[in-house]
Amino acid sequence: MLGKMDSDMKQARGRTTPKHRLMTRLWHWVNAAAVIILFMSGLNIFNAHPRLYWGSYGSWGDPAWLQLSRFPGWATIPGYYSLADARMWHFFFAWVLAVALLIFMIVSLINRHFQRDVHITRTEWRWSTLRADIAQHLRRNFTHGSGTYNVLQKIAYALVLFAGLPLMIFTGLTMSPAMAANWPWLLDIFGGRQSARSIHFIVTWILFAFFALHILLVLLSGPLRQVRDMITDGTREPEERI
Amino acid sequence: MARNLSRRTLLTSSALLAGGMLGGCGREFHKSDTVRRILGSAEHANFVVQRALGDRMQLAREYDEADISPDFQGNGTTNPATAEYDAMAANGFADWRLELTGLFVRPQAFSMAQLRAMPQRTQITRHDCVEGWSAIGKWTGVPLKLLLDRAGLGKGANYLVFHCADRLSGVRYYESIDLIDAYHPQTIMAHRLNGTDVPVKNGAPLRLRVERQLGYKHAKYVQQIEAVESLGNMYGGKGGYWEDVGNYAWYAGI
Repeated sequence: MLGKMDSDMKQARGRTTPKHRLMTRLWHWVNAAAVIILFMSGLNIFNAHPRLYWGSYGSWGDPAWLQLSRFPGWATIPGYYSLADARMWHFFFAWVLAVALLIFMIVSLINRHFQRDVHITRTEWRWSTLRADIAQHLRRNFTHGSGTYNVLQKIAYALVLFAGLPLMIFTGLTMSPAMAANWPWLLDIFGGRQSARSIHFIVTWILFAFFALHILLVLLSGPLRQVRDMITDGTREPEERI
Repeated sequence: MARNLSRRTLLTSSALLAGGMLGGCGREFHKSDTVRRILGSAEHANFVVQRALGDRMQLAREYDEADISPDFQGNGTTNPATAEYDAMAANGFADWRLELTGLFVRPQAFSMAQLRAMPQRTQITRHDCVEGWSAIGKWTGVPLKLLLDRAGLGKGANYLVFHCADRLSGVRYYESIDLIDAYHPQTIMAHRLNGTDVPVKNGAPLRLRVERQLGYKHAKYVQQIEAVESLGNMYGGKGGYWEDVGNYAWYAGI
């Protein structure tokens, strides 16, 4: 532990190591804002046709696998029903989400955030490690593990970064008639435009579940410190770190 | 000091963002020019990028007979129901005329019989409504390019405006496209759907198909195609009924 601290300190040239790098912090908040706005404006868009289908087509006369009533105004952006206004919010912040994610991914490969903090090692994939990590979580001990994140955290973050968010972007693009013409393979990989719309909806709620769990765990693990660290850099004095 | 400043900026901007989101949900906020201008910049980005990513003649997917929707949903106006329209419908649209007006070298009108006698294109395509649903149908019609060649597009013409026989809330429906979509091989003036004349709910006797855009661009009950230099002086100035009335995007590729 001392050895690790020494090398960390050397690396930071006299400064202690930050818990979260500037790019990670910037992306976290930009992405949080974008995801919340996309979620709420997406519910408003869904209200225009609150039915979901599988395959290429689907309309009022066709069988739907899910039909809901409209989401209430307090859950949507804008807070009143407007497909046109909701689409403006959705497509503006879709750009924010996609560009921010791309920049974050490139920078995190260069500054080795992904390789050092998110990469799951062979040891961590062992059932014994996973079981121990689950046990620690159940005991509400969240500061275990050798790196910045423990293995369950790494799995959750990797799924959001490399599966959830890209799926949202590509199923979203599949619904665009111009993009489906430009990139017809989008229709093939998702099984048609209405299937893409259904997957877009399902992944929305998977990301919502992550968001809820994420907030819960922040609340359980010292919310003030966690939020402060994600805004400032979480730099610790050496004695504080232990 | 610089560090503190950046923290403060970060905190302030996060707070502002949250405030704008939670507190700013009033109608006035969403309808304000500034908000619309900022958010609307994404529409321009979509237009430029989606056009750049594909060939301008890139075809939308065409499907098989087996993929056709059992019922092709009619939306918006499902019957213009004016005395004039009803009379023409009763007569099998024998008196329907499609007029080409505006910046054409040889402005002219076509009867339905003349349109049917021209070379036709049949395509089984997917119709994507802005609301989220899709329907697949087999459309037959005259490629718009052939009509433009007959009438000769004049100098300075940048857009085609489609004037329709139906009115929504008392306002005449219209739509517009640019010349890239006008000359696209799948852009046709369709008069047949799934092997029969286009039903009234789907735009009888003549509707535009512009397959790389959403449904509201596919003007129904088309009576007149006007070639213009710009859209700003027509109707509400935004190039289409829903664009004027409902703030929908003129470019409906997404």
